[in-house]
Amino acid sequence: MQFRLTGLTTAALGAGALLPNAAAAQTMDLSIELPRMTVAEYHKPYVAVWLEKEGQAPRTLSVWYDVDKRGGEGTKWLHDVRQWWRASGRTMSFPADGISGATRAPGVQKLRLVAGKGGMPALTPGQYTLVVEAAREVGGRELVRLPFTWNGSSATAAAKGASELGAVSFTLKR
Amino acid sequence: MQFRKPLFAVAAVAALAAPAAIAHRMWLLPSSTVVSGNDNWVTVDAAVSNDLFYFDHRPLGAVPTITQPDGSEGKAEHHNVGQFRATFDVHLTQQGTYRIAVVNQGVFGRYTLNGETKMLPRGTTKAQLASVIPAGATDVQTSETLMRNEIFVTQGAPTNTVFKPTGQGIELVPVTHPNDLVSNEPATFQFLMDGKPASGLYVTTILGNGRYRATQKQIDLRTDAQGKVTIKWPEAGMYWINVTPNAPQPEGEGPRPQAQGAGAPRAPGGPQGMGGVPSGRRVSYTTTLEVLAP
Repeated sequence: MQFRLTGLTTAALGAGALLPNAAAAQTMDLSIELPRMTVAEYHKPYVAVWLEKEGQAPRTLSVWYDVDKRGGEGTKWLHDVRQWWRASGRTMSFPADGISGATRAPGVQKLRLVAGKGGMPALTPGQYTLVVEAAREVGGRELVRLPFTWNGSSATAAAKGASELGAVSFTLKR
Repeated sequence: MQFRKPLFAVAAVAALAAPAAIAHRMWLLPSSTVVSGNDNWVTVDAAVSNDLFYFDHRPLGAVPTITQPDGSEGKAEHHNVGQFRATFDVHLTQQGTYRIAVVNQGVFGRYTLNGETKMLPRGTTKAQLASVIPAGATDVQTSETLMRNEIFVTQGAPTNTVFKPTGQGIELVPVTHPNDLVSNEPATFQFLMDGKPASGLYVTTILGNGRYRATQKQIDLRTDAQGKVTIKWPEAGMYWINVTPNAPQPEGEGPRPQAQGAGAPRAPGGPQGMGGVPSGRRVSYTTTLEVLAP
C-alpha cells in the first residue's frame, strides 16, 4: 500500500523527485549479536526479526534459516522459532521474497531494512515493538523485545539477550 | 469370543463396557502437534495406562480415523500393535489442522427370547439394533457407548474444518485452537453433547510426565451454561483432557450407577442392576493437548 503510494508520487513528480524521495525512505539499521558458543556441537541459529504494533498483524522483517536445503527441508524446523512461528511465520510461505536469508555466523550481524522493500513496511507514527528470536539446534531459544515510539523522524532502541542472543540494537531514520 | 453361558457373558460385557470410565486412561500421544513445511510425518503412540503418558499396561490397538484439513479422509500408516502400545504414522501433505481419532462406538445389550437370555453380538452398532433383536424378544436392555478420543496436529496455520460437529456424543469446538496453546495464556474450549452446548460436563485435565513428580497436577472443572470451560495451564507440557457427563471415578473402585441427568439419557429398558448390563449411555471425550512454552 505504502509502497504503491511512493511509486505514484514518484511518477507524478517525475524522475527528478526519485532521488530525494529514496533518501527520505525509512531505513532501519539493525545490529544482532550472535554469541560465540563453546559447545561440542554447534549449529548457527535460526533467527527471526519481526515488528509488532497493537491492533495490527505482526510483520516478519527477516528470517535466517537453512534456505538452501534440498526439497525445502530447511522449513521443517522453522516452527522451533516458536513465538515468531505463532505470531507470523505459520501464515507465510517460504522462501519469502526479501525476507528469507541464510543462517549467519557468530559475531555482530548487521541488517539494513528499507521501508517498502522485503518485509519492511513504511511506519506510521505510533508504538511498536521490534522482536528478535533465535533458536539453535541442540541449543536453546531466546527472544529479545525492543519497544519503541516512531515519531516520524527517528527512533532507537537496544536490549541484550542472556543466552542465545547478545546485544541487539537498531536505529530507525528517515 | 464365544459365550456359552449367559451368566459369564453378562459379566464379560459389563467389564468390556466399563474400562475407560473405571480403570485406566486411554491416550493418544503425537510426536509433534505444531509443524512447519509442506511434507512432514508425525508418529502417534496409542495406549491405555494409569500414568500419563507411560505405556506400561495395554495398547490402544484400534485403527484410527484420520481427517485431513480439507475434510477428506487420510491414512494411518505403519500401524503396529505391540504389547504395551500401538503406534502409527500420519503423513502430513496439506496445510492446516489434522484430526486423528479413535472412536469407540457400539451397543451392548441383551434380550429374552423363549425364556432364554441372549446377548447382542459384539460390535453391534446403533443402526443395526433393529435388525439384531428378533421379533418377540422381551426384556430388551441396551447400553450405547460412544467414547471419542482424538488429537490434533497442525501443519502451517491452524484451520477449523475438522471441528465441524457430527452431532453425536461429546465433541470439542475450539474457542482457543487446540494447536495454539501457550502456557501463559488460558485456553477456552466448548463441548457439545449430541451437537448442543453441554453444561455441567466434568472436565479433567492432567499434566503428563507424572512419574517424575509426587502430585498429579490435575485440574477439575465443569463446563458452564454455554458448554465452555477455560483452562489455566500450570506449565508447558502434554496434557490429557477427559470429558464425561458424570463425575470421574476414583481409581480402583467398582462400578457405580450412571448419572441420569440430561447429559446421559437412559435407554429404554429395565431398571438398573438386572443382569449387569449397564443401562443408559456411556459417552466420553478424550484428547491430548500440547501446551508450549512462551
